Amino acid sequence: MNRIASILALALVFAAQSASAQTLKTVKDRGILHCGSNGTLAGFGLPDAQGAWTGLDVDFCRALAAAIFDDPTKVKFVALTAKDRFTALQSGEVDVLARNTTWTSSRDTSLGLNFTGVNYYDGQGFMVRKALKVNSALELTGASVCVQQGTTTELNLADYFRAHKMQLKTVTFATADEAVKAYDAGRCDAYTTDASGLYGERLRLANANDSIILPDIISKEPLGPAVRHGDDQWFDIVKWVHFAMLDAEELNITSKTVSDALKSDNPEIKRLVGTEGNYGEQLGLTKDWAVRIVKHVGNYGEVFERNVGQGSPLKISRGLNALWSKGGLQYAPPIR
Amino acid sequence: MNAAAASARPKRSLLTDPTLRSIAYQVALCAGVGFIAYEAITNAADNLARARIATGFGFWDTNAGFDISQTLIEYSSRSSSYGRAFWVGLLNTLLVGGLGIVFATVLGFAIGIARLSSNWLVAKVASGYVELIRNLPLLLQLLFWYNAVLKTLPETRDSYAVAGSVFLNNRGLVLPRPILQTGGAALALTMVAGLVAAVLYRAWARRRQALTGQQAPVLAVTAALVIIPAAIFLALRGFPFAFEFPERGRFNITGGVEILPEFAALLFGLVLYTAAFIAEVVRAGIQSVPSGQVEAAYALGLRPKLALRLIVLPQAMRVIIPPLTSQYLNLVKNSSLAVAIGYPDLVQVFTGTVLNQTGQAVEVVALTMAVYLSISLAASLAMNIYGRLITPVGDRS
Repeated sequence: MNRIASILALALVFAAQSASAQTLKTVKDRGILHCGSNGTLAGFGLPDAQGAWTGLDVDFCRALAAAIFDDPTKVKFVALTAKDRFTALQSGEVDVLARNTTWTSSRDTSLGLNFTGVNYYDGQGFMVRKALKVNSALELTGASVCVQQGTTTELNLADYFRAHKMQLKTVTFATADEAVKAYDAGRCDAYTTDASGLYGERLRLANANDSIILPDIISKEPLGPAVRHGDDQWFDIVKWVHFAMLDAEELNITSKTVSDALKSDNPEIKRLVGTEGNYGEQLGLTKDWAVRIVKHVGNYGEVFERNVGQGSPLKISRGLNALWSKGGLQYAPPIR
Repeated sequence: MNAAAASARPKRSLLTDPTLRSIAYQVALCAGVGFIAYEAITNAADNLARARIATGFGFWDTNAGFDISQTLIEYSSRSSSYGRAFWVGLLNTLLVGGLGIVFATVLGFAIGIARLSSNWLVAKVASGYVELIRNLPLLLQLLFWYNAVLKTLPETRDSYAVAGSVFLNNRGLVLPRPILQTGGAALALTMVAGLVAAVLYRAWARRRQALTGQQAPVLAVTAALVIIPAAIFLALRGFPFAFEFPERGRFNITGGVEILPEFAALLFGLVLYTAAFIAEVVRAGIQSVPSGQVEAAYALGLRPKLALRLIVLPQAMRVIIPPLTSQYLNLVKNSSLAVAIGYPDLVQVFTGTVLNQTGQAVEVVALTMAVYLSISLAASLAMNIYGRLITPVGDRS
């Protein structure tokens, strides 16, 4: 009933709120960051049995909290379903939405949001049961496909099937959890979501080895954090937290070597760690904002490997998410 | 005279005139409420504009681009708009609501009457049903039935098949689709004529009974009037339907009419749940009829069934109708729990996918609430009219 609450909140907020564009001040006064997160996706956002949240998007919010408070634990994670997430951000229930959300033009404009960057380059794929002996998504004509509601996935699915003149039977569920359960119970032949999600969901099936992930990637899914329109300072902060993590990786600064970096003579490193210039203050943060991020959370590479890469059960390779200098797409503007 | 009366009354200032004061208070209250509403609406519009969130119903004619699993009207992700998706969702809600009301009424009356049965076992089974079903949350029951359907029925390739044309599996029940051929209209006309004749016959039989006390066989004659002409028509002209038979495809059974497991689970859950409440309403209604009425009916020689039908139920209905209306409204509103099991009702389609794709929560939610309000008010109006019709003229208020 989170949903109804947030919609009512939205109506009330729009009706009663006077303009407040000072998200940073609000967060500081409150003493804790509210982060909209996925509560059910291994590798991106998932609380463990002790209630400790882990994941790539979760670590993004921790990095943001570290930059503001020098304390990565000052985050309250709000688990959101795909269809509730934008309402929660619009209504101010969360300060930032980091929930494996695809950046599209309409979301960037008419929803009143701004995407701050891409923290994971993804694409949509399919999972099917091995027994069906399907080798390509193009063979799926006439198949029933389970899908989560309120996602770009839902639209891509319809597009892909109609572009290839294939018959489709979709079964739509409000949450990924329900969609996967229905797939597992045999309601559908295939389950579709972003490829990263497929690896995570597959591990939750009754028998993971009975299903395979098809090689076809049918869409571009640049996933990134989003903030509300109307607060440029906050937009800059969220954007540059991601860039700082990329720049740190590019400069080989890790959570272990960050104290050495403070003594470095390299001007690029000096600007990042704040021993030269006042780039952190320009953002409205402190000089050592990037040091705080890397010290508490790590650089982008560390976060990636820990949550979805070789250090995790998902074992996803860097691929498109490698740095630009290593053949990937992750590229951050310089700090200067 | 008038002047004398006026001067006889103690003179009061305008401030203490009760009529004037009450008018002033009401005007002030209306103005206050109106001002708050105006402020809320304009402020909301301002804030939406400031956040640059799209407003208005411009999205209505935009291509929807997503697929819906059950559509009663033509709908395709290629060419249908969000507005069309709204109608698809609304019709799915009305379908499950309408069928749910019919089945829940039949089952509820049967159980309510059974609870008062003199047969110990029947009465206990009925009351056990009521106590079990109405004390469990509906959402839990829906999830239970949905999983019961998915888990107990076989997968597609192991479908139960009847005569190679009816298939049952965990993706639903597939039946042959009847396709009307020429002559279908003539057959329908024949049957309608039979029905009209039957209705006229029943009116005649009732009047004759009122005048002479003699009863005419109603049921047999009605059946004969409807069935015999149709049978003659079929014998002469042949069957005016063709069937599209479902076939096994690579993944699914293709063709035919499909009843989705989501629909079946939702309908089943709503009917069982609401029937338990209707049963209690019916029991209360029957028990409100004074026992002297039944005794008098027996004394006149009516059998228990006739006494129930002619004496007890007509009087009980006056008590039953208002709470029964509430149960109908509850059923329609509860159908929005479809969200949990993937049935594409109005809430799932419109405040789910459409809201999410357009991001226009205020418009979408307001429209959805207006729809539920209209359905409920219409149902309630119909039930009130019916309630008035069955109330004797002297008792009407």
